[in-house]
Amino acid sequence: MWGSNARNAHPIFFHHVLKGLRNGARMFTVDPRRSETAQWADVWLGIDVGTDIPLANAIGREIIHAGLTNDEFIERATIGFEDYQTSVEPWTLDVASDVTGVPAEAIRQLAHEYARAPTAQLCWTLGITEHHNATDNVLSLINLSLLTGHVGRYGSGLVPVRGQNNVQGGGDMGALPNKYPGFQDVENDEIRLKFETSWGSPLPAQNGWHLSQMFEAMDKGQMRSLYVIGENPAQSEADVSHAIDVLNRLDFMVVQDIFMTKTAELADVVFPAAAGWAETDGTVTSSERRVQLVRKALDPPGEARDDSDIILDLARAMGHDWGNPTAEQVWDELRSLSPMHAGMSYKRLDELGGIQWPCPDENHPGELFLHSRLWSDPIGGPPAPFTPVEHSPPLDELSEDYPIRLTTGRRLDSYNTGVQSIGYTSPIRDEETIDLSPEDGEMLGVGEGELVRIVSRRGVIEAPVRFDRGLRAGLAFMTPHFPDEVDTNQLTADAWDPKSGTAEFKATAIRIERISETVS
Amino acid sequence: MDIKFMHAEATDAEKSAVDAVLGAPDSGWDGGDHSRADDRIARLGHDARSRRDELLPALHGLQDRIGWISEGGLNYICRRLTIPPAEAYGVATFYALLSVQERPPIVVHVCDDTACRAAGVMEIIEDLESIAGASGNADGDSMWLTSPCLGQCDKGSAAFIQSAGAPNRVIAPSPATDIVSALAGEIPSTAPSLGAPQAGSAGLQLLRRVGVVDPWDLEDYRFHGGYAALRMAVHMGPAAVLREIKDAEVRGRGGAAFPAGIKWQGAASHPSRTKYIVCNADESETGTFKDRVLMEGDPYAVIEAMTIAGYAVGAEKGYLYIRGEYPVAEELLANAITKARAKGLLGSDVLGSGFAFDVEIRRGAGAYICGEETALFNSIEGYRGEPRSKPPFPTDVGLFGEPTVVNNVETLANVPLILMGGGPGFAASGTGGSNGTKLFCLAGAVEKPGVYEVPFGTTIRELLDLAGGVRGELHAILVGGAAGRFLPISRLDTPLTFEHLRDIKGTLGSGAIMVFNTEADMGAAVRRVAAFFRDESCGQCVPCRVGTVRQEEALARMEAGSDERAVLDDLAMVLRDASICGLGQLAAEAVQSAFELGVLES
Amino acid sequence: MTTFDTTTWTRIEPPARKVKVSIDGEDVIVTEGATVLDACRQAGVDTPTLCYGDTLTPVNACRVCVVEVEGSRALVPACSREAEGGMEISTDSNRVRKSRQLVLELLGSSVNLKLAGMKHWMDRYDADAGRFGPPGEPAGAGERDQAQPGHHHDVDGATAATVTEPPRIDNALYMRDYAKCILCYKCVEACGEDAQNTFAIAVAGRGFEARISTEFAVELPDSACVFCGNCIGVCPTGALMPMTEWTMRQAGTWNEEEQTITRTVCSFCGVGCNLELHVQDNKVVKATSPEDHSVTSGHLCIKGRFGWEHIQSVDD
Repeated sequence: MWGSNARNAHPIFFHHVLKGLRNGARMFTVDPRRSETAQWADVWLGIDVGTDIPLANAIGREIIHAGLTNDEFIERATIGFEDYQTSVEPWTLDVASDVTGVPAEAIRQLAHEYARAPTAQLCWTLGITEHHNATDNVLSLINLSLLTGHVGRYGSGLVPVRGQNNVQGGGDMGALPNKYPGFQDVENDEIRLKFETSWGSPLPAQNGWHLSQMFEAMDKGQMRSLYVIGENPAQSEADVSHAIDVLNRLDFMVVQDIFMTKTAELADVVFPAAAGWAETDGTVTSSERRVQLVRKALDPPGEARDDSDIILDLARAMGHDWGNPTAEQVWDELRSLSPMHAGMSYKRLDELGGIQWPCPDENHPGELFLHSRLWSDPIGGPPAPFTPVEHSPPLDELSEDYPIRLTTGRRLDSYNTGVQSIGYTSPIRDEETIDLSPEDGEMLGVGEGELVRIVSRRGVIEAPVRFDRGLRAGLAFMTPHFPDEVDTNQLTADAWDPKSGTAEFKATAIRIERISETVS
Repeated sequence: MDIKFMHAEATDAEKSAVDAVLGAPDSGWDGGDHSRADDRIARLGHDARSRRDELLPALHGLQDRIGWISEGGLNYICRRLTIPPAEAYGVATFYALLSVQERPPIVVHVCDDTACRAAGVMEIIEDLESIAGASGNADGDSMWLTSPCLGQCDKGSAAFIQSAGAPNRVIAPSPATDIVSALAGEIPSTAPSLGAPQAGSAGLQLLRRVGVVDPWDLEDYRFHGGYAALRMAVHMGPAAVLREIKDAEVRGRGGAAFPAGIKWQGAASHPSRTKYIVCNADESETGTFKDRVLMEGDPYAVIEAMTIAGYAVGAEKGYLYIRGEYPVAEELLANAITKARAKGLLGSDVLGSGFAFDVEIRRGAGAYICGEETALFNSIEGYRGEPRSKPPFPTDVGLFGEPTVVNNVETLANVPLILMGGGPGFAASGTGGSNGTKLFCLAGAVEKPGVYEVPFGTTIRELLDLAGGVRGELHAILVGGAAGRFLPISRLDTPLTFEHLRDIKGTLGSGAIMVFNTEADMGAAVRRVAAFFRDESCGQCVPCRVGTVRQEEALARMEAGSDERAVLDDLAMVLRDASICGLGQLAAEAVQSAFELGVLES
Repeated sequence: MTTFDTTTWTRIEPPARKVKVSIDGEDVIVTEGATVLDACRQAGVDTPTLCYGDTLTPVNACRVCVVEVEGSRALVPACSREAEGGMEISTDSNRVRKSRQLVLELLGSSVNLKLAGMKHWMDRYDADAGRFGPPGEPAGAGERDQAQPGHHHDVDGATAATVTEPPRIDNALYMRDYAKCILCYKCVEACGEDAQNTFAIAVAGRGFEARISTEFAVELPDSACVFCGNCIGVCPTGALMPMTEWTMRQAGTWNEEEQTITRTVCSFCGVGCNLELHVQDNKVVKATSPEDHSVTSGHLCIKGRFGWEHIQSVDD
């Protein structure tokens, strides 16, 4: 488990991990914090924030030097091994230990156990991806799976655990600037023609902008209108003051949401929407690529309407009458255009409790795991490439003025900006705090519960202190769950990964100031 | 594990009591002081979670030193062993000798069980009540409680003393004045007498060294023939040892009378590489004290026999689970293990043969049910002493899930005899169905109570004569303890064998023979048996958990004149048919036999 | 040892062997490893169960499912005993009927079975829970937590002891009414190794005083409880209940006949847990999860089980 507190963030996924542990599986956890997940680990490696690549490269080097590579797999199913080997050569255990803070022996142990295990998985979450070099971080882990052949086999693989109930489905459905539904390329003429023919309309030939690019475009005045569906950027964006400023400068903004969010408050028009998981029919795709049906259990309140109804009406107002298709009819159209969903009829989705894509026809059971093509002989498709990646530390550097590294994450009972989770009373929910190591508390002379000022290069907020033994000196933790009380994203940096567009939520440089000289 | 610990902190004394059992913590993550190294690494996975079996010893550590188990103390154990506090609490509250409520440093448990009642202990308890107040009154520095059988039945009265910071002690007999002194902190250091009136007599087998050798001295044991059998075993090889035990057709002496050779063979032929030998020394059956006599009188013999069993079966580890109320035997056995280890009779290379075997003592904490073999496993493993479903049987899935041979102390004591005399010879020595000699515990209204060794087939009358005859006029005999049955006094000439007793709907059980004369309050005795089962039921299954309560209630109503036979018969049926383990299945036997034989009619 | 098809890297399951047993004289062929209960179900023989749960390790503690197996001295629990070839099983012999009757009487006399769904079994076996006398005095709040194992209190038999005590309400999400607790261990298993691995509760005490407890009986918010409610999900007697249901039951407005149950997917993280929304009067009144779905096996986290309030806070 690398950069993932699945015990809290993905509790039912972690049930399955726990079954594995009960069956004897060993678990290593790489995390700056000794999180709830890390507490289950056979070995927890307390890495410094943003040093994942040095750790991964050192593991790769150690696997190579110890002769634990899967040479046959590398030879048969990959390319680029030599360049990779050269790139990791400087990352000796000692060098990596200096950079990451993790003891050399622990790195060695992880390398050896991972390489020797009959089956092994690398699971990660936002600890890997909410960095300015998110894609490189992921590539550094993929390299390890290629070295050892721990990919594309039952029980082995690469497991990014998705944070939201349909973030995978959004991508599947083409809610990406460069893809049509089913991950078909926008810039592929043949594909585009297929969609143009089906939809009876010309489509843009170039990729669009992703979220971070859109914010840059809005900032520069290149984009002046915005239609926001089910997103709350006025609270969820990093460096959120800046984000609000950008939104305020728009000519026109429509927000479609089930809540009157902070973003909705800034909108010119608000469309009240039905809750997609309980008040409408449709599908979502989970982390394991499983498409499942959501069903309408109750009527939406007041004037709230199904998202698709709103969009159909909007189209009608723009002069396009698309009729009144049911959710299933919309889905069937999708199936006709997206080969990987073709076999997923509503009937089958209902009977099978969901189907994992790709599922090309109605006799196909869906794929339990991907990349098994690498194990066929000869391999199916192109070989898997090693990608050498270089260390690039967090952009928000620690300094004398900002000596503490703030990282963020989720708590068990809350979710993102809290708009859904503050609706119920949780007995385990306390007010939002800044979590510090007891050592830092002592050094700063602050006590548990004491309100402190937290200052980053972008903003200042206040929060009470809580001590967490899972943090070490110089490492602090907060969540984005209560932006109305403690607006954590005032602090975070909007540096983002040019390849994925993800912002570096996980690495902010802060200092903590006492507000009162008298300790309560 | 992401355990949520309590906020309570252990005192230094509590920590040191726990550390004395568990050793020092490895890191800040398992109870030690947080160091810089802990910022970067923690290793609390499978290995840490595998220390669950140290829970009960750690709880004992606190109870013995501090006198109770506080939130802080329990919390510290949980940190040390990676155990969730609720689980540890569930275990701590299972045992009568552990307390999670603060209580006085001295607690005296006074036996009021059936055998001592038959010997007149209630007079002592009445005296005690008039001097020291009612049982359970926790004012001042001490309190006393009534207790189930303490295994000192030959003395007719007994008390077990828990004293915080001092070793546990037993006083037996225990006149009220002695108990009052103990409550005042004047605890005698002398151990009660053994309770083997035949000691030193010719012709004894199991008891041949009891009262003869110095139980502390390994050399004396060897001088009296000790360890010759192990030497012979190693010479013969495991298969030959197994054959002798099977040929001997020796039945288990713990109560169930299962052939030991079949158990040994089952475990020996199991493909698993890890196997265990468990000596069941949780002798808690009412009126039973033979295993105590063996362990106190001839402790090395038990260890030698376990070693032979380990050799024959292919086990490298043995556990000796001894009831918490036997501090003298425990100390002697611990001494025997240390000395045997020092002489290479235990350890990585037993007798230079390359065979590795060692024995660890685990102490019970006041739970009759832990004498049930699978409950005993759970207790050793650090869980509540609740029996498991069978099948699977211990020889397939036993301690820590591995094939395990569980034998009672007396059964094991036969092993060296079998090897020395040969299996077939042993088989020839009995009645066919019951081979060898048997220890019987005579208690209650006999002139010379104690453990007697006789050949199988000896009659009850002969045994009563051996014990000096009945004190007063014979009214009833309960054979087999609380789980046994009353025998018709018209059948005093029944030979004592497994098969003969079965023929008259009786059981040898543990070999306890409680004798009641016409002075005895039989109604109270039967109710005490019912109360015993109610108190000792683990609570897992409905028939036993609720059925034993209803049985006791019905007996109380019956005493008040109500006709409860239909209810009691129904309860007996569901207990026998639907309980998980032997405790529940036998919980109505004594009561039912009392009715059948008219024992309650004076 | 797991073996794989080396072209598709899917697991190869060994061919399942079959065993034949006889149930009430009828032959039934079941897959090796199946339990007697599985065999009974396959044969269409209805069997009462309380402590059994499809997704939990059988503890066979309640003994209401006992059957008679030829050659076995005592009756055997159907839920956990593996069906062996040649077994001759009787599910309706006098012994079976008597034991089931007594088990139900013992439970009914000591525990409130109102919501346990055992009524028709009690009728079928003529179980008379009142035959042991009037129920004893309920315990005061927290009284049962103090019991010391092995300490005896004399009884007069005038009343039948019960486990009755006041309901425990110490948080906003769910309540515990241990007067309805049959000590089936299911909540402990769901909180522990069989699902959640939080171990906030365990069985404490011994014998009739055995009870479900947190450490030192602290209230749930002070315990390790993470309020996943998986204990509620498996409770067979209504001893554990969401506060929404409890409150509506107290007010007399809980009406299962008017409720619809709709299966959908949880709106929080990306794991894809299936939810069953119980809706009454266009309001969600409870969320559960289907036991037969491979993602959850019936289990949820706090957000999934309780985090649905946001879709119906219509006021302000």
